[in-house]
Amino acid sequence: MAKRAVSATDGTPTAAEPPAAPAKITVRGLSKSFPGKNGTVVAVDDLALTIPAGEFFTVVGPSGCGKTTLLRILAGLESATSGEIVVQDSPTDRPSNAMIFQGDSIFPWMSVWDNAAYGLRMRGVDGAHIREVVGHYLDKTGLSKFSEAYPHQLSGGMKQRVSIARAFANDPDVLLMDEPFSALDEQNKTLLQGELLRIWDETKKTVVYITHSVDEAVTLSDRIMVMTAHPGRAKALIDVPFERPRDVIELRSRPEYAAIVYDIWQQLRDEVNRSQGLQLDSEGPGGQAPNPAATRPVV
Amino acid sequence: MSSTVERPPAPQEGIAEAPSGGRSRRTRLGRRGRERLLAATTPVLLLVLWEVAVALGAVDGRFFPAPTAIFARGYELAVSGELLTNIWVSLRRLFLGFWLGLIPGLLLGVSMGLFRPIRAALNPLVSGTYPIPKSALLPLILLIFGFGESSKIVMVAIGVFYPVVLNTTAGVLQIQPIYYDVAANCNASRTQVFRTVALPGAMPSIMTGVELGAGLGLILIAIAEMVGAESGLGFMIWNAWQLFSVETMYVGLLVIAVIGYAMSVLLAEISRRIIPWRSER
Repeated sequence: MAKRAVSATDGTPTAAEPPAAPAKITVRGLSKSFPGKNGTVVAVDDLALTIPAGEFFTVVGPSGCGKTTLLRILAGLESATSGEIVVQDSPTDRPSNAMIFQGDSIFPWMSVWDNAAYGLRMRGVDGAHIREVVGHYLDKTGLSKFSEAYPHQLSGGMKQRVSIARAFANDPDVLLMDEPFSALDEQNKTLLQGELLRIWDETKKTVVYITHSVDEAVTLSDRIMVMTAHPGRAKALIDVPFERPRDVIELRSRPEYAAIVYDIWQQLRDEVNRSQGLQLDSEGPGGQAPNPAATRPVV
Repeated sequence: MSSTVERPPAPQEGIAEAPSGGRSRRTRLGRRGRERLLAATTPVLLLVLWEVAVALGAVDGRFFPAPTAIFARGYELAVSGELLTNIWVSLRRLFLGFWLGLIPGLLLGVSMGLFRPIRAALNPLVSGTYPIPKSALLPLILLIFGFGESSKIVMVAIGVFYPVVLNTTAGVLQIQPIYYDVAANCNASRTQVFRTVALPGAMPSIMTGVELGAGLGLILIAIAEMVGAESGLGFMIWNAWQLFSVETMYVGLLVIAVIGYAMSVLLAEISRRIIPWRSER
């Protein structure tokens, strides 16, 4: 049974981590602040990360902690106030990243096919290649029969599938995902998580994923970072050593799964309370602070 | 283990429910059919009532001539070619004025929608001049452009311009920022963003502006032709007033109404083609 590792948050490997694969994304001293109504608002505060190539890396944090800001900075949609991001071996002939956005992001005025082909078309890729790649990904997302449909005819889950197809079809170096399934119901969410992993398994690109859901983070990722409430700082890094390919439903029956979820919640609980402006301390329902050694399930 | 439930056979489409308490009858029409029938027969019914009222003297035939008299006069005008000439002249002015107003309206609307400085600079001008009743501009237009074709075309253009520019700007502004984010993430160039995001995203609002503008253009051409013209449907109506040929006035009104209706049908059809993604309203 692999050991769970909760490591230091400056990205340096600790004894519990396996020797690091070559770092794909290195973030140092990243900060983002902008002028607000009552002075400067610090969204992200001195963040450091090292993400190896091919890792599925997830950031979990309370609402407003700055995780979406972090992702947008990685995507190049916003600029950092200070700090640096280094991406190793960035290709010149392919896009450096593709983002899967939260909520409705596929163009209502384009068919499913045109939406999925959008990134490729903007790059001027030739028709035959587009047909091949888009056809492949619409197939993998189960949308082949709907290629001429318009978004208003699709369900929420189907729209997100188009979003996934578009991002993967564009063949980016790194995939960035901003809680793509948060607007879906639990059942659809679980199924789509499985589908996402199946599609990702093909190419195993580096992924930076953002979510509120601890379950989702543990289901999908190789490593999870817990972010503090605003201003966002790195609080903990947690390994998720389950083997791949994963069965998203079977995974939840394992005690190790519950243990990791518990660990994350230990880190997250205070942050969520803080983000709500609550002054609660981490007491259990019995009125006593829980004893970590006593209550953690035996692994 | 699951059990099946027997379901009663589904009722057939289009068969009206039997009115309660009455004999059960199967009409082939259904609700949609009945509404269409109502829509078609009501005007006819009104015309018949009108005819009867005039014949009985209940309504003054000098101001509200009998429909049969109107149609007779219409026939005369059609046969003499006068009606068609006037229709053609008005339509030509409407057509030219439409494009003269549409193109600047579209260009300005998109620029104002996409670029904040342009919007800040021009919005007060556009919004400020919009409330001026366009018909009140007619004397000024006649002064500047004279009594020829250009003054009529300019009137139509002004009528088309305002709804188009205002709706286009609004249409571009209501595009959700996430779509621009997607385009940026896909490294789309400025032209590509315009072509694939701004224009299609604004299209439903633009079409609304076009429909409104076309309607306004029709109103203005009728007015413009009443004052400064020697031909056209507006002239025909005004001239009929001066000659006290009331039937001719009604013929003119009827033809304008038909043109307006045809325009809206045409634009709705074009709208359906250009905007197939607009869910059925």
